[in-house]
Amino acid sequence: MIETKSNVDFSLKRDLFGRLVAIVKDGVEKVGVVPVRAFPISAPTAGFALLDAEGHELAWLSDLASLPRPDREIFEQALSAREFTPEIRRLLEVSSFATPSTWTVETDRGPTRFVLKGVEDIRSLTPPRLMVTDSHGVNYLIQSLNLLDRHSRKLLDRFL
Amino acid sequence: MMSGLSHVNAKEPPALPPNSAPTAVAPELTQQLAPHEVLIASLALDLDDDLHYAPGLLALTAARLLVQHPTDHSWSEYALDSDLTLEYRDHAGVATLELRDAKHTLSRWHFTLEQHRAARRLIEDFNRIRDGRVRDPSLETTCPTCGGPLAAGDECPACARAVHTPPSTWTLLRLWRFARPYSRQLISGFLLTLAATAATLVPPYMTMPLMDKVLIPFGNGVPIRFDLVGLYVGGLLGAAVLAWALGWARTYILALVSERIGADLRTTTFDHMLRLSLEYYGGKRTGDLMARLGSETDRICVFLSLHLLDFATDVLVILMTATILFVVNPWLALVTLLPLPIIAWMIHVVRDHLRHGFEKANRIWSEVTNVLADTIPGIRVVKAFAQEQRESVRFRDANRRNLAVNDRVNAVWSLFTPTVTLLTEVGLLVVWGFGIWQVSRHQITVGVLTAFLAYISRFYTRLDSMSRIVSVTQKAAAGAKRIFEVLDHVSSVPEPVDPVRIDALKGAIELSNVGFRYGSRAVLEGISLDIAPGEMIGLVGHSGSGKSTLVNLTCRFYDVGEGAIKVDGIDIRALAVADYRRNVGLVLQEPFLFFGTIGDNIAYGKPDAGRAEIVAAARAAHAHEFILRLPHGYDSLVGERGQTLSGGERQRISIARALLIDPRILILDEATSAVDSETEKEIQGALDNLVRGRTTIAIAHRLSTLRQANRLVVLDRGRIVEVGGHDELMALKGDYFRLYQTQRRQIEIDEISWTPAGLEREA
Repeated sequence: MIETKSNVDFSLKRDLFGRLVAIVKDGVEKVGVVPVRAFPISAPTAGFALLDAEGHELAWLSDLASLPRPDREIFEQALSAREFTPEIRRLLEVSSFATPSTWTVETDRGPTRFVLKGVEDIRSLTPPRLMVTDSHGVNYLIQSLNLLDRHSRKLLDRFL
Repeated sequence: MMSGLSHVNAKEPPALPPNSAPTAVAPELTQQLAPHEVLIASLALDLDDDLHYAPGLLALTAARLLVQHPTDHSWSEYALDSDLTLEYRDHAGVATLELRDAKHTLSRWHFTLEQHRAARRLIEDFNRIRDGRVRDPSLETTCPTCGGPLAAGDECPACARAVHTPPSTWTLLRLWRFARPYSRQLISGFLLTLAATAATLVPPYMTMPLMDKVLIPFGNGVPIRFDLVGLYVGGLLGAAVLAWALGWARTYILALVSERIGADLRTTTFDHMLRLSLEYYGGKRTGDLMARLGSETDRICVFLSLHLLDFATDVLVILMTATILFVVNPWLALVTLLPLPIIAWMIHVVRDHLRHGFEKANRIWSEVTNVLADTIPGIRVVKAFAQEQRESVRFRDANRRNLAVNDRVNAVWSLFTPTVTLLTEVGLLVVWGFGIWQVSRHQITVGVLTAFLAYISRFYTRLDSMSRIVSVTQKAAAGAKRIFEVLDHVSSVPEPVDPVRIDALKGAIELSNVGFRYGSRAVLEGISLDIAPGEMIGLVGHSGSGKSTLVNLTCRFYDVGEGAIKVDGIDIRALAVADYRRNVGLVLQEPFLFFGTIGDNIAYGKPDAGRAEIVAAARAAHAHEFILRLPHGYDSLVGERGQTLSGGERQRISIARALLIDPRILILDEATSAVDSETEKEIQGALDNLVRGRTTIAIAHRLSTLRQANRLVVLDRGRIVEVGGHDELMALKGDYFRLYQTQRRQIEIDEISWTPAGLEREA
């Protein structure tokens, strides 16, 4: 059995340029570190890592509770600044049922409009989740068909 | 200079988020500007600090940077000092622009990648003004949004195709394009249909005089007039024979035509598919594409030859019958035709429902074939990990979904036909009732009533079969839509309208500021490199550093997102794709051999090559000898179902293939990665022959393969980090040095554990 243990021997701060700095052992400062989730969609609260500017892993955290409070806040804040997967709450309008089709949607980040290039850009993740990718590569999440209202379901059903 | 803003707007795709159109804030912006201050560039911000959608604006003038914050719509400004820099980065579809001075960050703005090009433009202008440079005149001939060359009329071909328009819904009518070459046959087929239909309508008409002049008088004691009987029955027979002959002729002609239309559709689609760029194939699954080409075209063909023909006949029968009925007796005709509107309405209601159902069924069907297309090529992996059960479940699930969708569709349309039949029966009752009432009042004769009943039974069967057209039309329309989706797909590597003609290239390659992204991920950024004719360049870097993308761009499998690639000073987008590729030889990691003889495979790029040429190419590629050892020599069959060859042998065949077309530019994409070092040594000789005198770009996993390269280019995360010869780069002790060291250690480890000496040491 392969196991990965958390190793928290760093602390975090931000420099004047707003970059995230990790202070690792012996007080060495690593500038421009990046926090990431390992399973951003299927398990957003389990499995985090801190990568250095070159993309190498500095630390692995199986959950954020192992981080002391100030660091955890910085970590979470930096995570949210990088994450952009709007969750579609309602489909208001689609320009056509044939693709490319322009969708007007309501998301948890406000209303927006995007172009769906083809039906293959709607992918089924672990059911019942769906992932929609727009023409610019932004991913939108649909938690479940059943959570959408009737109108949205009816529109979406034409693409599934 | 006011054109700055309007220009950017004009080039943006029309599908903008509602909150990102700069025009919405433009009046406010004008208020912010000083009297003679002109706008140079602007960027619509569409995300606030928390990455929620909100409109804002970034505007650049000659003296300052103006910002309307998305959060509270307040304005701030930054005077353009020399120590200001704009930093751009993007991740997961969100771009961030940071304004910094020497010591810290002043502000940070977010926007979606929709604005990516406007942002690039703004940064360029910002840097230019800050450094006091003037606008580069070459920018005037390149597209302001993507940096590609402009076609006539200031239109950028790359940006024009970014417009997203869905295909029209009247898809079936578009099949006319394929029917036009056969219009003569189609017209004669239609005339035959008309005549045949008219002939089938004669017999019921004959029943009228048979009834009134022969049978009814007989009932009243008048003897039967056999001369009349002979005449009418003869007429019946003649009409039937005529209808038979005409029906045969029209079915035959139209079936021939539709079969040809189907074949044309298939070949045109396949031709179009071949011209599409690799980008298209990257996003599609083989099973789906094969289904489109195979079963969909077939379905359309059947629709044209059978169902459409039937439908035309049905319509004609109904129109002609209705005319005859009205001529004979308008009142009875009116009653007879009463159910018609109801049935037409039913057809209309059900049509929509069925179409979605069938479209869905089609998509699910592709899912079924996709499981096959996944599993069969990967069967070794499936078996190795003992996952047969899992694939079986996946296939079963796909089939179950297929069943579920079809069940739903069938539930609707199974109800449809019986309902039409029921209406038919009811209609007959109405005619009986109203007819008898009219007979009783001597308004019509018994003969007329029998004729009506004979007509109407035909009439309603026609309606019944017409109801079937609904489902088949929808199926065919759904199929046609999927075909036209392929046909409408404009290649993302478009042929230039007026291509520059080239005979032979010298082979100088110039990459200037090349950028490329897959979706939201930037793969290459700001790549600039001049390659002299005959020079060999080795591309080095970790996997994912953009090496393969760079050669794909050089081969023009994709078009650059930004910047330009020029060959002998000509932008490769200005050359005809085939002309250019004829000058490019490609040797891939996994050589693909088509089914056919070895000779045919070597001559793949030059089908008219003579046998002597093929042998010479094979000899230079060190393939000649092993080919001769095969039982059928150059005539040995290879590829799927053919002779099995080792990786090294296949690679040498593909080297011979590249040698034969004698390209000026050569791309070696990990040509030796799939083979062991022993085989690599064998291939190396062949490669040396191939590279000689050609401009070569080589990617190699083993750095030792690149010892011949004139220059090594080290890529890291989409950027060039080092350029130079091996010794030079080793002295630099940078990225290349580290790569080299890692690899040498790896080789040592391999050698220790694999050579006999190593084994002894371990023991």
